[in-house]
Amino acid sequence: MKNILAITKKEIKTYFTSPIAYVAITVFLVLVGFFFYSLIWLFNSQSLQMARNPYYYQQLNINQMVYSPLFHNISIILLLMLPLLTMRLFSEEKKTGTDELLYTSPISVNQIILGKYFASLTVLAVMLLFTGILSVFTFSYGNPELAPILSGYLGLFLMGAAFIAVGLFFSSLTENQIVSAVLTFGTLLLFWILNWASYSAGGMWRDVLNYLSFFQHFDDMTRGILDTTDIVYYLSFVFLGLFLTHSVIQSRRWR
Amino acid sequence: MIEVINLTKKYGDLVAVNDLSFKVEKGTIWGLLGPNAAGKTTTMRILTGYLAATDGKATVSGYDVFEQPNKAKKITGYLPENVPLYPEMTVLSYLDFVCEIKQIPGSKRKEALEKAIEISGLKTVRGRLIKNISRGFKQRVGVAQALIHEPQILILDEPTIGLDPAQIIEIRQLIKSLKGEHTIMLSTHILAEVTQTCDGVVIINEGQLMASGSLEDLTASFIEKDGVVIRIRSETEKAMTLFKEIPGVENVTRRDDEINIEWSQGKDFKDEITRLIVEKGLGLIEMKPLAMNIEDLYLKVISGGVKQ
Repeated sequence: MKNILAITKKEIKTYFTSPIAYVAITVFLVLVGFFFYSLIWLFNSQSLQMARNPYYYQQLNINQMVYSPLFHNISIILLLMLPLLTMRLFSEEKKTGTDELLYTSPISVNQIILGKYFASLTVLAVMLLFTGILSVFTFSYGNPELAPILSGYLGLFLMGAAFIAVGLFFSSLTENQIVSAVLTFGTLLLFWILNWASYSAGGMWRDVLNYLSFFQHFDDMTRGILDTTDIVYYLSFVFLGLFLTHSVIQSRRWR
Repeated sequence: MIEVINLTKKYGDLVAVNDLSFKVEKGTIWGLLGPNAAGKTTTMRILTGYLAATDGKATVSGYDVFEQPNKAKKITGYLPENVPLYPEMTVLSYLDFVCEIKQIPGSKRKEALEKAIEISGLKTVRGRLIKNISRGFKQRVGVAQALIHEPQILILDEPTIGLDPAQIIEIRQLIKSLKGEHTIMLSTHILAEVTQTCDGVVIINEGQLMASGSLEDLTASFIEKDGVVIRIRSETEKAMTLFKEIPGVENVTRRDDEINIEWSQGKDFKDEITRLIVEKGLGLIEMKPLAMNIEDLYLKVISGGVKQ
């Protein structure tokens, strides 16, 4: 545990002593702020219109009209940004030769991988925590339900965790950061849109494609549905990513 | 003690290290010599656990680097050819990180850190970012990183490469001062470095062992004749004919302005030659025993000399 922490500490330091983390978090928050503003504006104007009709007015729901689309928007931003946060994790070590220090030190490959993984998770958590400020406004001027918001955040975090695991894996494959980022982004996007193909596929394939898609599992969570299948899906993605990373690094010694 | 037994490493079809065996005694400094692509770095990487061998066995202080990697890594310090530095860290925070991953307990960490900084002469740059310090200091940070956990075994891959002459001498002295407590193996291209710092050499070429042993043993085994090398002021040709006439002298050859005079081992003609030079007024500038220097030894071994 101590060894994992040593690596995590070092990686977080690298994120925050270079402009990487600040730029990423700032850009992320500006975009999220913009989406939030647009959604709230839309919600407001619709509320005004509906005010004359009590039946429709009852149907207005800030969770469904603001938070659910906001979470989807955030997930797209994460899809675009997380590959850039993970691309250097192993690539740079390999390129500069610092991997020789890590792999000849008395710490295991697993500890190195987990250390780096937790560092990226920390940055993700910081990004998401900052967006909590937005809820201060919705809760002071409206009455949204808390539970669906929390499940939405859990969904975002789990999905981000899966993204990072994929990014970590591709970073271990190449010493070129651009290649690592492009491969990560391509893979994530493919898994995101996999359910599009399910419309044309029939029978069992439809279920398989739907199950594999990031989108399907996330959609439930933004609407407050917590299903263990979804959680297991993301966790197995994380596990697979970390396992493959481990295999790549171990095999490097034998090449 | 470092022991390598029948070590083989293949990269696909390319055999980088081929059935290599050698042994480095505790507390000594040994040089690993060889032309480029001889397998020096590969051998060192296997010893430090960075690479796995295809076949064979390697132990450091009795720990097998394949079977007990963590124990072996704990007592080994390694300076790779490309010094593994994080440019965006300060010297101090870098060494602190190294302390953590080398698992130096928290209570001893400060002491280890100060000692490494002291030994490697890093006091003046301790707070600076690594990307801003000179090549020589970077190399020293590399050395500090390798010995911070006071390893029994030190493996240094070309420790003086890219340094200026003054820095080379400093690093060399630093390495020499570590002898005794540490068993050191260093690779180098600079042959003078070996004669100045090492107790023994392992010479490899194309992954194969060409020769290994202490410097004295090796040179002795390659010298077949005794003799002297002299330099005189003038009349070199005339002098050569004179020396040839001494009964017992077997060979007189000339290399630039030096004359090599050889005779079979056990005899001695030094007095005779001196007397001749003085009598004929040849003007002696220099006279030294004919010894095989490390360059000759190296070239002879690499060009397929006797396998030891």
